[in-house]
Amino acid sequence: MRLKRSTAENYLFILPAVIIFAIFYIYPFYATFNLGLRAWDGVSPVSQLVGLRNFKEVLFQDRLWWPSMWHATYITLIALTLQNALALALALACDRQIKLGNFYRLIFFIPPVLSEVVVGLVWKWIYNGDYGLLNYWLTNIGLGHLARSWLSNPQTALTCVAVIHSWKGFGWGFIILLAGLQTIPRQLYEAARVDGANSWQRFWHVTIPLMVPVFVLVSILTILGSMQAFVLILTMTGGSPALGCSVPVTRILGSMRASLRFGYACAQGIIFGLILLALSFMQIRISKKMKQA
Amino acid sequence: MNHKRNDIKYKVRRFSSGAMVNLFLLLIAISCLFPLLWMFGSSLKTQATVFSDMSIIPKVLHWGNYYRAWTEGNFGVYFLNSVLYTVSVVIGIVLVSSLAAYAFSRLQFPGKNFFFYMFLAAMMIPLPGSFVPLYVLMDKLHLRNTPHGYILCLINVGLSLSIFLLKTFFDKMPTDLEDAARIDGCSKLGIWWNVALPLAKPALAVIVIFNSLNVWNEYILALILFDDAKFMPLQVGLATFHGEFVTQYHLLMAGVTITVIPILLIYIFMQKHIVKGLTAGAIVG
Amino acid sequence: MKRTGIFSMLLISLIVSLAGCGRTETKKADVVIWHWMTDRKKAFNELAKRYQAESGRQVEFKLFAPSEIYSQKVRAATQAGTLPDIYGILGEKKDFAIFVKAGHVLNLNTEMSDNIHEWRNKFFSKALIVNEFEPNNEFGAPAGIYGVPIDVTNIQMLYNKDLFKKAGLDPESPPQTFSEFITAGKKLKKAGTQGLVSGWAETWMIDCLASNFAFNIMGEKKVMRTYAGEVPYTDPDWIRVFSLFKEMADSGVLASGIVSMNNKDAEQNFANGRAAFAFNGSWCVNVYKGMNPDLNYAAMFVPRVSDEYPMLIWGGAGSSFMVNARSENKEKAVEFLKWLTDEKQQAYLAQDTNNLPANKYSLTNISPLLSQFAQTMENTTHPNIWPRHEKSVVIEAFDIGIQSIILGTKTPEEVAREVQEVKEREMAK
Repeated sequence: MRLKRSTAENYLFILPAVIIFAIFYIYPFYATFNLGLRAWDGVSPVSQLVGLRNFKEVLFQDRLWWPSMWHATYITLIALTLQNALALALALACDRQIKLGNFYRLIFFIPPVLSEVVVGLVWKWIYNGDYGLLNYWLTNIGLGHLARSWLSNPQTALTCVAVIHSWKGFGWGFIILLAGLQTIPRQLYEAARVDGANSWQRFWHVTIPLMVPVFVLVSILTILGSMQAFVLILTMTGGSPALGCSVPVTRILGSMRASLRFGYACAQGIIFGLILLALSFMQIRISKKMKQA
Repeated sequence: MNHKRNDIKYKVRRFSSGAMVNLFLLLIAISCLFPLLWMFGSSLKTQATVFSDMSIIPKVLHWGNYYRAWTEGNFGVYFLNSVLYTVSVVIGIVLVSSLAAYAFSRLQFPGKNFFFYMFLAAMMIPLPGSFVPLYVLMDKLHLRNTPHGYILCLINVGLSLSIFLLKTFFDKMPTDLEDAARIDGCSKLGIWWNVALPLAKPALAVIVIFNSLNVWNEYILALILFDDAKFMPLQVGLATFHGEFVTQYHLLMAGVTITVIPILLIYIFMQKHIVKGLTAGAIVG
Repeated sequence: MKRTGIFSMLLISLIVSLAGCGRTETKKADVVIWHWMTDRKKAFNELAKRYQAESGRQVEFKLFAPSEIYSQKVRAATQAGTLPDIYGILGEKKDFAIFVKAGHVLNLNTEMSDNIHEWRNKFFSKALIVNEFEPNNEFGAPAGIYGVPIDVTNIQMLYNKDLFKKAGLDPESPPQTFSEFITAGKKLKKAGTQGLVSGWAETWMIDCLASNFAFNIMGEKKVMRTYAGEVPYTDPDWIRVFSLFKEMADSGVLASGIVSMNNKDAEQNFANGRAAFAFNGSWCVNVYKGMNPDLNYAAMFVPRVSDEYPMLIWGGAGSSFMVNARSENKEKAVEFLKWLTDEKQQAYLAQDTNNLPANKYSLTNISPLLSQFAQTMENTTHPNIWPRHEKSVVIEAFDIGIQSIILGTKTPEEVAREVQEVKEREMAK
C-alpha cells in the first residue's frame, strides 16, 4: 500500500510535463505523420491518401535530398570538433580564476545573443570577394593569391558558413561546460593534489570522467543545433545546391512553399527527425559503453 | 586564501603559456565584440550611410534612430508583452522541467525510461507542418489569439531540452545531501525544492538563459497564433523594419540593439550563478 | 525562505497579469484585412483613416511580416475557418487556384462588369489577367475574376550613369543588344567596376532573366511546347539560352558573388555605386531612394539576343487583395476595395510608396524613373498568364543548373541534359 502511494507520488513529478507534452506535441505529431501519408496542397479540405509514396520518393528519388543531408553532416562535424574544442578550451580557461575572467565570460556569450541579420551582414562584409576584410588582410600579409569570393565558391562556401555557425554557437557549449566544471566538487582536486597528481593527471583522472555526461549533452545539443541550422546559411549564401549549401531544413521549407507538396514536406520532416533520433541514440549508446570501459 | 596563493604560483610558473592563452582569449573576444560594435555604430548612422560610411562610430550620431525605432516599431506595447511571455514561460519551464528531470534522475516508477525517451525523441524530431494542426487545435480549445495559449505552446517548445539538460546535471550531482535530508524526514517535494534545486543552480541558470533567449527571439508562432497586434512580442516590431523590399537598416540596428540589452542583462545576472555554484558548494561542503 | 518568497510573488503577479489579458474586447472593425506589405503599413493606415472619415466604416489593416510566415498563417486559417474579410494570396497561379477551388475566394466577375465594366476598365489589363481564371483553365478552377490588384510591377535592368561616364561609355545610350551589353561589361571591368548585380541566390530571379532570353530566342510558342514536353531542353535554342549565362560569367559582366547574393545585397551594391548594372523590379526605385537619394541611374530594357521574336519581360500585378467568400462582410469588403482602387487612393499609394499603381489613370504624379517602368508595362508577360506551366521540380533543376554554369562547375550542355532527365522523370509520373 505504501509503495503504491509512493509510486503515485513519483508520477506526480512528471505529470505536468506529460500533460503539456501530450496536448501540444503528440497531437501535432500524429497529424503531421498523417499528412506525410497524403498528397495535400495545404489548403483544400480534401487530401488523397498515397500511403508511403512520399516517404519512398524522399529516400530513393529526390536527387537533392541526400546531398543536402551530407552538407548538414559536414557542418555538424565541423561544429562538433571546432566549436566544442573551442568551447572546452575557453570553459577550462574561465574555470580557473584567470585575469579578466568576468570580462571573458560576458564577451563569449555575445555571438549566441546576436541576431542572425547582424551576424550575416558583418560576416558577409568580411568574406566579400571585392571589398571584404579577409581578402584585404590576406593581401597585406602577402597571401594575396588565396583571396577569393569566399561565399560564392562551391569549394569554400560551406566551410565558411560552418565556421561562422561554430563561432555563433560556441557560447552555448561554453556556458554548459562551465556549469559542468563548476559542479565538480573542489575537494576532489585537492585530494588529487595531495596524492601528488600534476595538473595534467588531475585533468585526465578527475575532470574528464566527471564531465563525460556533460560532453554527451553538449555533443547531442551540437548535433541537433547544427543539423537543423538554416537561417545563417540562407542569409549568407542563399542555400543553393549549386553552391553545395543546401541543408534538409531548406529543402523542407522549399517543398512546403511549392504547391501540392505539403504532404511531401511532412514526410521529409519525419525522415529527417528519425535520422537525428538515430544519431543521438547512437551517441548515447557509445558514451555508455565508454563509461563502462 | 591558500587557494589564491597556489594559483599565483602556478601562474608565475607557466607565464609564457599563460601569455599565449591570454592572446588567444583576446582574439576570440575581439571577434565577438566586433559585430556588437558594428551593430551599435550602424544604429547611429542613417539609411544612406550604413553601408557607405565604413567607420565604426560615425561622426554625426543619430540618437534619434532609437526614438524612431521605439515608436515606429510599437515597442512600448511589444516590449511589455515580451517581458510577460519570457518571465512566464521561463518560470513555467523551470518548475515543470525540474520536477520531471528530478523524477527521471532520482525516483523510481514503472515506465520511467519510456517517458524519458519520449521527451528525448520529441527534442529530435522537427515538425515542419505542425503549425497547421496546432493552429486548428488551439482554435478549438479557444486558446488561439490568447497570451496563455501562446505561453503554453512555448513552455512545450523548451520543455524537452530543459528536462534532458537538467537530468544530466542531477545525475552528475552527489546524493549525500539529499540522503541526509530524507533521514531528517523531509518529503520528496521538500527535497526537490530545498536541496536539489539549490545544488543545481548552475544548470538552472543555463536553462533560464537558454529559454529566455528562445522566447525573447520568438516571433513565428506569435505571428501565426495571434491576430491582434496588442499581443505581439518584440521581434514582430523588428520585422517592421526588415520589410519584403525595403530594409531600414539604421532603424533595424537601433531596434536590435534595444532588444539585445535585456537579454544580455539576464545573462550577466545568471552567469554569476553558474560560477557562484562553486563558492556556495564550498560553503555547504 | 527568501527564494520561496520571490517565487510566489512572481507566480502571483503572473496569474494576475494573465487574468487581466484579453479581457478588454474592443469593437470589431467593419472590414478586417490581413497583409504582409511592411513598407506600406503607414500608407494603409492613413487610407483606413480617410475611409472612415468618408464612409464612417472602420477598416483594420493587420500586418503579418515576413511574407513566408504570412502565407503559412493564411494556410492555417483556411483549416480553422478563421480567414479575415480581405487577404492576399502569395505564390504561383496554382496556389491561387487551390484557394479558389476550396471556396475561400469571392468571384468578383459581376462586380467588375457592372456599369459597362466600370471597375474593370480602370486597371492595366496585364494586372487583372493575373487574377482571372479563364473557362476550362488547366487548374480546373471555376472561371471568374478573383482578386483586385493594388499595384503593378515589372522587372528590367538598371544602369549607373556616373559609372558609365567613368568607364568612357555614353550614359544616355545604354546597351541594347546582348553583345553590346557584354562589351560594355568588359569596359566597365577594365575601369575597375563590377558589372551586373542581382539577387541570384533567390533562384526565381535567374528564372526570370532566362525566360526573357528564351522568349526572345525561340518565341512563346516553343517555350510552351517545351513545357508540354514536345521540345526537349537539349534543343539548340535552349542550349543557346544556357550559354548566354556562361558568356556573361566568362566575360566578367557578372559580379563575383552573384550566386550567393540575395536581392537586398544586390540593391546595397548598386545603390552605393559598387556595380554598374542591376537586374531588378520596379520596387527598387523606392529602395535606392532610401539608400542613396543621389544615385544617378536609369532603367533600360533587357538587352535582346535575337531579332526573330520580341523580347518580353516579366511583369503584372504586384500585390492583390482577395475577398473571403465565406465572410459576413463581403459586400462591405468589395465596396472598400472599389474605393481603394479609385484614382485618388491609387495615386496616393503610388506616390507614398514609390510603386506603380494598378489603376492606369493614376500615373500623373509619379517619378520619371517609374514612368520608364510604366512605359514597358505593355511588353510584359508572366508565368501566371501563360497557358502552360513547368513542374516546380524541373524549374528548380533549371535554375540550379544555371547557377552551376555561372560558377563554372557545369557546361551548358551538361545542364541541358540534366534538366531534360528531370523533365522526363516528371512526365513519366
